[in-house]
Amino acid sequence: MSTPAIEILGLTKDYPVGFWRKRMRRSLDDLSLTVEDGEIFGFLGPNGAGKTTTLKLLTGLIFPTCGTARIRGRSIDDIDMHRQIGYLPEQPYFYDYLTARELLDYYARFSPSSAIERRGRIAHLLERVGLASAADVQLRKYSKGMLQRVGIAQAILDDPQVLLLDEPMSGLDPVGRREVRDIIVELRKQGRTIFFSTHILSDAEMLCDRVAILAGGKLQGVGAPGEIMSLEVHAMDILFELPAGQDVPPALSENVTKIGARCRVEVPESELYAALDQLRRSQARLLSISPIRPTLEDYFLRLVQDEKPRPNQAEVTVR
Amino acid sequence: MSRAPVPVAVNTFREAIRDRVLYNLIFFALLMIGAAILVGQISIGIDRLVIVNLGLSAISLIGLVMAIFIGVGLVSKEMERRTLYSLLARPIRRWEFLLGKYGGLLLTLVVNTGFMTLGLAAALFYVSGPFVRTDALILVAVYFILLALAVVTALALFFSCFSSPMLSTLFTLGIYLTGCFAGDIREFGDLTQSQGMKLMSRVVYYLVPNFHNFNVIAAAAHGESIPLSLVGENTLYAALYVALLLVAASAVFSSRNLK
Repeated sequence: MSTPAIEILGLTKDYPVGFWRKRMRRSLDDLSLTVEDGEIFGFLGPNGAGKTTTLKLLTGLIFPTCGTARIRGRSIDDIDMHRQIGYLPEQPYFYDYLTARELLDYYARFSPSSAIERRGRIAHLLERVGLASAADVQLRKYSKGMLQRVGIAQAILDDPQVLLLDEPMSGLDPVGRREVRDIIVELRKQGRTIFFSTHILSDAEMLCDRVAILAGGKLQGVGAPGEIMSLEVHAMDILFELPAGQDVPPALSENVTKIGARCRVEVPESELYAALDQLRRSQARLLSISPIRPTLEDYFLRLVQDEKPRPNQAEVTVR
Repeated sequence: MSRAPVPVAVNTFREAIRDRVLYNLIFFALLMIGAAILVGQISIGIDRLVIVNLGLSAISLIGLVMAIFIGVGLVSKEMERRTLYSLLARPIRRWEFLLGKYGGLLLTLVVNTGFMTLGLAAALFYVSGPFVRTDALILVAVYFILLALAVVTALALFFSCFSSPMLSTLFTLGIYLTGCFAGDIREFGDLTQSQGMKLMSRVVYYLVPNFHNFNVIAAAAHGESIPLSLVGENTLYAALYVALLLVAASAVFSSRNLK
């Protein structure tokens, strides 16, 4: 059995709060999960759920209160673990007096490579993230979306096996988001593992092999996006057109939404055939019938509502 | 030995250059030109003394301002702007990062001080003609200034690892000023009757770096000899202090959560 790309074992993080810093606020509570090699793994949760805390723990920017993690078998305390990862921080900010090319060259110097190799790789990466024409412009003149692209470029600079991306699509326009999605898919094809947090749930649904949902610092569920959604009750959406002068069948009229000449009605799955019978009797022309599956977004929103934090919910006092 | 501090040092130096830190040289050049012209008119016979005193004092003061104000931001600015995140996710240890930041600022100070020394030499040449042997003492004084700046930079870096830039500035400046009067504080303590004051003055004397020993500006201006042993002692003293401060800074920074 191969070594998992990421193994998180009971990671917990408490931050001291208050003037005397004696009370502790728990940001992450006993998180355990495994990400297999070559997976695209989405990490979802509302603000303050502990997503960024987890990524910072994995990159060694903060230290766990208890628990540990391993990346490709190496402990997160091991400096050599850092050779395996590429990290994109949330809303990345870089040295604004450098150009994108200079920044990448600076970061590339922490890994063994010749000047020629560095130059070639940087030029290729700048092309890949669509910044070739702005490569020699100082970063202080970059837009948020351009900085995000630089962030992606620096994360994949050393061709890492595991990518830890904190909100990689944030700040990007639809074209930029599609490009980042393409990069992620391409990296997976090359055998890389991608672990990313996101608020953009459609991206997670589209990209991820599996997702984990975090709320209030606790893991709420892990699974394929489809598995999580299949827990929900289904409904059906019917789109139809009625002949001129024909009224909506009375049994459906309460729930019908008219969009020009078209009508839309949502019925429970168990009542689908009864609704179709009524529409047939009204000589309605069916345009589409589609299942309304609760999206990841619905799941996510329900979790957020359930997890409305009570005051000092996760605080503990240290003696 | 890891090479990771080298790119950090180069980048720190580059940041200083691009932030136009070396613009202070223009101020120094103007000061030297003005002083040279003025001295020629008002101070017959002591023109060399005035120029050397003024020049070395300006080099020391400008260096001090740079060491403190850039030094206190070395780490805190990177944390505040979060530029540190993508850097420390790479294979670089925190102490290597600190060493690089320290080296980069020291390099900036050496380059800056080097140019100012050239400016002082030019002004001296203009005022009192060809150099004489005792002028070499100016170089010793500049070397001591650099040693003092190396200690000040290490102090600023140490404080910047755990406190805000404003507090770090206060702490560093406070220790620098205390260190300039370390000998006087000890003598003052010896003169008092209170055992507590005696003890406290001794603790302060041994704890804070003695910056008074690095100040040979008057001796250099008067052409008085500076013992070679002092050069060795000051070098060793500064090296030990810097090493201690960098180790302490690394210990603090290595356990710090970068929130």
